[in-house]
Amino acid sequence: MFIIIAQLDWLEPFASPVAQRIILVGALTNIACALVGCYLVLRRMSLMGDAIAHAVLPGLVLAFIFSGSLNIAPLFLGAAAVGLLTTFLTQTLHQYGRVPTDASMGVVFTSLFALGVVLLKTYVSKIHFDVDCVFEGLLYQAGFDTFEFAGYELPRQLRTVVPVVIINLAVIFVLWKELKVSAFDPALATSMGISATLMHYLLMMLVAVTTVASFEVVGSILVIAMLIVPPATAQLLTNRLAPMIAVACVFAILSAILGYWLASEQVWNVDPSGAMVVAAGGMYALAVLFAPQYGILSTLIRNLQTALRILREDLLLMLYRLEEIDATKRMRPEEAVAAVGGGSLARWALAMLRHRGRIEIRDGRLHMTDDGRWRAARLVRGHRLWETYLVKNLGLQPDHVHAPADRVEHFIHQPLREELQKELEDTHRDPHGRDIPDLNS
Amino acid sequence: MTAPSITMNVMLGTALLGATAGTIGTFAVLRRRALVGDMLSHAALPGVCIAFLIMQDRNFVGLSLGALATGLVGILVIAILTRWTRTKEDAAIGIVLSTWFGAGMVLLSVAQRQTTGYPAGLKSYLLGEAAGIGRGDVQLIALVALICLAIVSVLYKEFKLLSFDVDFATAQGWPTLVLDLVMMGTLAVVTIVGLPICGVILMAALIILPGASARFWTNRLGRLLVIAAIAGAAAGVIGTFLGSPLPKQLLGIELFDNTKYPPGPLIVLTAATFFLFSMLFAPQRGVLATAAAELQLRQRIAREHLLRALYEISEPYLPERPAVAEAQVLAQRSWRRWWVDWWLSRLRKRGLIERVNGDVRLTPAGLGAAAEVTRTHRLWEMFLVESAGIAADHVDRDADAVEHMLPKPLIRELEERLAAAGRLPMVPQSVPQSPHDL
Repeated sequence: MFIIIAQLDWLEPFASPVAQRIILVGALTNIACALVGCYLVLRRMSLMGDAIAHAVLPGLVLAFIFSGSLNIAPLFLGAAAVGLLTTFLTQTLHQYGRVPTDASMGVVFTSLFALGVVLLKTYVSKIHFDVDCVFEGLLYQAGFDTFEFAGYELPRQLRTVVPVVIINLAVIFVLWKELKVSAFDPALATSMGISATLMHYLLMMLVAVTTVASFEVVGSILVIAMLIVPPATAQLLTNRLAPMIAVACVFAILSAILGYWLASEQVWNVDPSGAMVVAAGGMYALAVLFAPQYGILSTLIRNLQTALRILREDLLLMLYRLEEIDATKRMRPEEAVAAVGGGSLARWALAMLRHRGRIEIRDGRLHMTDDGRWRAARLVRGHRLWETYLVKNLGLQPDHVHAPADRVEHFIHQPLREELQKELEDTHRDPHGRDIPDLNS
Repeated sequence: MTAPSITMNVMLGTALLGATAGTIGTFAVLRRRALVGDMLSHAALPGVCIAFLIMQDRNFVGLSLGALATGLVGILVIAILTRWTRTKEDAAIGIVLSTWFGAGMVLLSVAQRQTTGYPAGLKSYLLGEAAGIGRGDVQLIALVALICLAIVSVLYKEFKLLSFDVDFATAQGWPTLVLDLVMMGTLAVVTIVGLPICGVILMAALIILPGASARFWTNRLGRLLVIAAIAGAAAGVIGTFLGSPLPKQLLGIELFDNTKYPPGPLIVLTAATFFLFSMLFAPQRGVLATAAAELQLRQRIAREHLLRALYEISEPYLPERPAVAEAQVLAQRSWRRWWVDWWLSRLRKRGLIERVNGDVRLTPAGLGAAAEVTRTHRLWEMFLVESAGIAADHVDRDADAVEHMLPKPLIRELEERLAAAGRLPMVPQSVPQSPHDL
């Protein structure tokens, strides 16, 4: 199938087996990070990932010094140990030294990182400490360094990454409830007999192990990005934990694919790690703008809609009250617009009312239609019932209740009106002596 | 320049940088924005690369301006994200930090490919390279230090308010958002000037560590800033010294091979040592001092509990001082035997009790002390029952905890109030009746 789609130019970067291997490794690493990252983001501890990703350096160096090899097992042990140490030190500084959490995190990870650099320089002179390698990793190697498995040429780095994905999935699956409760409500977790502290340390150990596994493969910066960005993107799009984790994984995979495409020779011709981070960041930016519920754009549209609805209702209310006072008097459209504050929004609201058949203009004057009058009566009823309630049940002075009622009148819906009616029984006049309109007449 | 004069130059630069970063970093720590320094130093990378791509030259000032630009954009984005979206501040910092840095890595490879000469200078932004500080760089750092000092002294009151009580500042009508941006902007300038010397991670450390260390020594902002500045400068000087050829020339020992170690990590480790020392040994807020104070308090509480137990056992026989068997004392509370033994021997050494045929008896002095403790306890108990409306069977535990901390004036006030109500026994040295059965 890849041969067929490779005919399309823009898909060319994906055609080679090298590319597919790199994307496979990148996607799996990203998934490993996103899985634990969801909990970090929910616990508002995203930067713990950043801290651990830096702090594991001395652990790695010590593991290397003692084992004398770049074997994976001692590296994992060293990393997990330092991960726990970072968490422990951060907690201890915060608790006993009364250092704010963020500062204690900063103190611990920067100091450990500096220690790591000095250790590295002192004892590991043979290994060239390459900056790119730390920040960007050796993702491109995945394309060439392979082993055979069931007839497929697979990247060697899968041997590191796949176990971590499995461990993360297994822990999340087995401790689903425990992790969930302690992420959202540690106090509740403790009262349910789940040790929130234990969950905290377990999570931090997972972060440390994931970080180390990914460190070598994709570099520290991609690890930090993938711990935070896909989960944060998912958080903008979902409201429940399981969908959030699933969506985060989807974004992790998409970042790998999109990032590789950006990094390819045809586009930017750069290292894939950095490009995957940029891809993830770009998708987050899109989510920030366009997420249906929490996006900036949809928030703006919602606010605009509410503003327009309130203006429409204010216009109707005004016309209704005018009619109540003097049935012969009719307002001109400009007067009405000016009376609700003027401006293009108000004009727009008036146009919408005409369009929807709530009001019509005859002889240059505004007239409510029957439909419009009925809706206005409904609003006025809500307003006056609320005023009556405030006076009767809360004991407010009659001259103090108009302003609060004016604010809530737009949000008094059918059920609330019924409840107010039940509460107030047979009240037909508001505190100012005006009729409360009956909707049945 | 000769080797020592190069070293002196570097020392001057790092000392100035440490002092400035310490000063402005103190505000960042107080404002709970410690990790913004970390974010800024990461976010500088794309700016540096863009500036390099535009100028095709590694001019220090130009690169720093580029770094400043992307850093400020980063701060702005974080503000927008936390204000307008569901993303929390920690995640927002992390997102900006990693995305900007990722973009920086991409731009770095582009820069490396596009230019004929290898843009070696850009790499120093990652790990730092203090040895490369020239006279011009020192002048720039001095300039930044002066600007920073000027800003801090002009806006001292505003920054103080912002650091300790933002809500109050907002309520008072201060433009907190603008002030916050000025503070973070100053932080950004200092961070970026320090980047090529200390590198990304270690610059973040230089911002956090001095302020966090100084916080252990004082509760006054003015002194805090001075201590942080001194700590930062000292870390710069000592770190540079350790990594320079000077120890070998002066002392004949080689601590760290200066060809291998960038000074950044050594400076940070020095600052970290200061922090550790401060945390352990600071007189009031230090861990050891806190632990010692707590130990003393516990000892006093234990001693007073034991004295009260002895008093309550002796009470029916007063004014005779009866011999009390240890079993009676043990029955008073869930005490361990060794604990009671140990405390009894300590009380005996103080002359508060005496041994009578294997039993113990309060000495006259001990009786006085025990009566005093019990009196305070019962006064407080009575106060809680009568004035605070707490059920009598709930009082004992609270009274236990708090009687040891009651200051003398409060005791007198309690006595007066109870006496006014006619409930304070008028016999001197006597003890009011307990409101519940013993």
